[in-house]
Amino acid sequence: MADSHNKEIDQVSGVETTGHEWDGLKELNNPLPRWWLYSFYLCIAWAIGYWVLYPSWPMVSSYTSGVLGNSQRADALAAYQEGIDARSGFADKIVATPLEEIKADQSLLEFALANGQAAFGDNCAPCHGTGATGFEGYPNLQDDTWIWGGILDAIHTTLQYGIRHNDYEDTRFGDMPAFGRDELLSREEIDQVASFVAVKAGLEPKEGVDLAAGETLYVDNCAACHGDDLKGIQDVGAPSLVSANYLYGKTLDAITAQIKNPRNGVMPGWEARLDPATIKSLTVYVHSFGGGQ
Amino acid sequence: MLTMEEGFFALFLAVIAFGCLIIAGKTFDQVMAFHTGLGALFAAGGVFYIFKNYFEGDNQQIPQEIDGKPNYNIGPIKFASVAAMFWGIAGFLVGLIIASQLAWPALNFDLPWTNFGRMRPLHTSAVIFAFGGNVLLATSMYVVQRTCRARMPGGILPWFVVLGYNAFILIAGTGYLLGATQGKEYAEPEWYADLWLTIVWVAYLMLFLGTLWKRKEPHIYVANWFYLAFIVTVAMLHITNNLTIPVSIYSTQSVIVWSGVQDAMVQWWYGHNAVGFFLTAGFLAIMYYFVPKRTDRPVYSYRLSIVHFWALIFIYIWAGPHHLHYTALPQWASTLGATFSIILWMPSWGGMINGLMTLSGAWDKLRTDPVLRMMVVSVAFYGMSTFEGPLMSLRAVNSLSHYTDWTIGHVHSGALGWVGYISFGALYCLIPWLWNKKQLYSLKLVNWHFWLSTLGIVLYITAMWVSGIMQGLMWRAYDALGFLEYSFIETVDAMYPFYVIRALGGALFVLGSLIMAYNLWMTVRHGEAEEADTMPAGSLAAAE
Repeated sequence: MADSHNKEIDQVSGVETTGHEWDGLKELNNPLPRWWLYSFYLCIAWAIGYWVLYPSWPMVSSYTSGVLGNSQRADALAAYQEGIDARSGFADKIVATPLEEIKADQSLLEFALANGQAAFGDNCAPCHGTGATGFEGYPNLQDDTWIWGGILDAIHTTLQYGIRHNDYEDTRFGDMPAFGRDELLSREEIDQVASFVAVKAGLEPKEGVDLAAGETLYVDNCAACHGDDLKGIQDVGAPSLVSANYLYGKTLDAITAQIKNPRNGVMPGWEARLDPATIKSLTVYVHSFGGGQ
Repeated sequence: MLTMEEGFFALFLAVIAFGCLIIAGKTFDQVMAFHTGLGALFAAGGVFYIFKNYFEGDNQQIPQEIDGKPNYNIGPIKFASVAAMFWGIAGFLVGLIIASQLAWPALNFDLPWTNFGRMRPLHTSAVIFAFGGNVLLATSMYVVQRTCRARMPGGILPWFVVLGYNAFILIAGTGYLLGATQGKEYAEPEWYADLWLTIVWVAYLMLFLGTLWKRKEPHIYVANWFYLAFIVTVAMLHITNNLTIPVSIYSTQSVIVWSGVQDAMVQWWYGHNAVGFFLTAGFLAIMYYFVPKRTDRPVYSYRLSIVHFWALIFIYIWAGPHHLHYTALPQWASTLGATFSIILWMPSWGGMINGLMTLSGAWDKLRTDPVLRMMVVSVAFYGMSTFEGPLMSLRAVNSLSHYTDWTIGHVHSGALGWVGYISFGALYCLIPWLWNKKQLYSLKLVNWHFWLSTLGIVLYITAMWVSGIMQGLMWRAYDALGFLEYSFIETVDAMYPFYVIRALGGALFVLGSLIMAYNLWMTVRHGEAEEADTMPAGSLAAAE
């Protein structure tokens, strides 16, 4: 069917239709908008220019490499190497310098703090928080309460081997016995010793509990690790019980729960995951928070 | 006598039912048992229905024409429109849930089924394939019949396509929640669901081609070129990207035949062209029918529609590698992907120009017709996304935008703005036509829907632009010694306010869709009936 005799002039635009009609739909015979066509050509020209300059079209066994000789892979490797080179001097120096002396050398200290901050964000922040203030069960590193020691060497050892990490069974492995779960103490005795500790920590004891009996129980069962003065012993990872900061909560209930069925938190050892310079940098960084001893 | 068609489908479905039963009985895979059980139930139901129809029906041939007017097949279109609305709301809701999960992770509820990882594909598949797919099925069946002035071929075939497609959606969606996935983005359904979809899709292609074959018009309308390109290309993409070998016929698991960077390339060749041919070509077809219909104006330029159609389909297919910049993909492939994306800019805009310019002489209708306004804003969003896309495909921009929320914002300006709005517009037109109603129940409610969801979209995409660019800048910030300025966790922390704004935008979009569903329901239930004579087949708006 010829359409030519169906062509008509659209009243609104004055443009001729194509003469086709479907379900009442018609089409105008407008030309391609010029700006559209020239923009299309421009895009094609730009693309052809790009193909000439950069690797683009596949050939049988290779590809057109472009007149600029650009290689993304070479660029990336060069930039990577540049970064490695820029740091290598510092990293070697950090490894060779004792921890104390790193703090004394301004340029080394700056590097260690920058490196430590970046490593902390990626590796430590998920548990200790981006501000290193910790969460319940994850120690605050900003305060001066240290469970395993807050001097540079102690922090370094903790970073290297972690805490109760299965790969390093000889280091940082003090477990608190489960006095309730393993039935080492009765319910009544646990209430007594918990109340004794609570009073020493400045909390209210459980009503009507024999505190003198609690003290005897403390001396017999707890003092070996937490010390006669309740200030804890860092060599075995026994925290101070008279500190303001309790890892698992400073309430009578939390203390009772910890004696019954203690949580023995774990931290991974980083020796096998981070290079020695980074671990030393992290040590200096964590030590610099203000709580370092 | 059973017709050939009835006999064929009865036999085919009986075989499927038996096969499913055998697998369900022998498998140790609980998800497979559930899915084959469902399959057996559906297939047996189909067989039952065919025979019920045969014994109880009057066995008369359905007339192709009544009083010289084509007797259009409307039933399957009605089903697909309702399914589109249902899946749309479901998909938007799941999207709102996962957006909220990103702001408040506790909403994962620590359950495997409600975990973000399973809900996210449920959201993407529900909105793209369930909502979008049903809109495409409904509109394509409507448009192809009317612009060809012919009834779709077959009695069971159209129902098989519509019901079979929705069965695929059901199997895919429940599979995600139960943990059956092949882990390919936008192609998550496992091998058996893929096989079923292939069968349904071939039937869809036959149905569409069959209608074109029967046409009473000398030419094929532009909308039908786009629908056909969509159907053919999606078949090719789906099959190539899902070439897997099942671990066993009794297992939901399978292994893809592509490996390494080839797999990545095939995946994004598929992924990008799913955008190009499912979400662009298919919905441009909708635009080409519903915008001129609603404005009652001729299409702006026939020539532009031809040129941008062929340019679009030949150039889109090259653009996939821009999803893989700075990966193991060779630089030359990445260059080709980026440059073809730039060349694609104008062919994409051809559709926008033709859509917008069709309104010349009828712009005043935007003031009074919120349905038309929705479709026009949709075309504007289409123009914006297809400008932003080529921009983001450039390596220099991509190195900032890739893996950030910017991509999410870009996708949603296309998905909510373009695909969502053109679909809403089409459904607002289609529902009164299908149920023979004079008009929508309430244009005021359409207006509410328009403004609520527009506000939602704007909140969504601006939040994602800001958070995406901030995220990208934080990731690439170095100090003087070359150490990263921010840890990853700090960048996650910084996203929080934007995730809340995005969830709010999503909530407004969901609210709008609920208003729409209510409005359409009231239209069907209580709308004033159109008199039969004013709906002449062939030409709805009498052309003078």
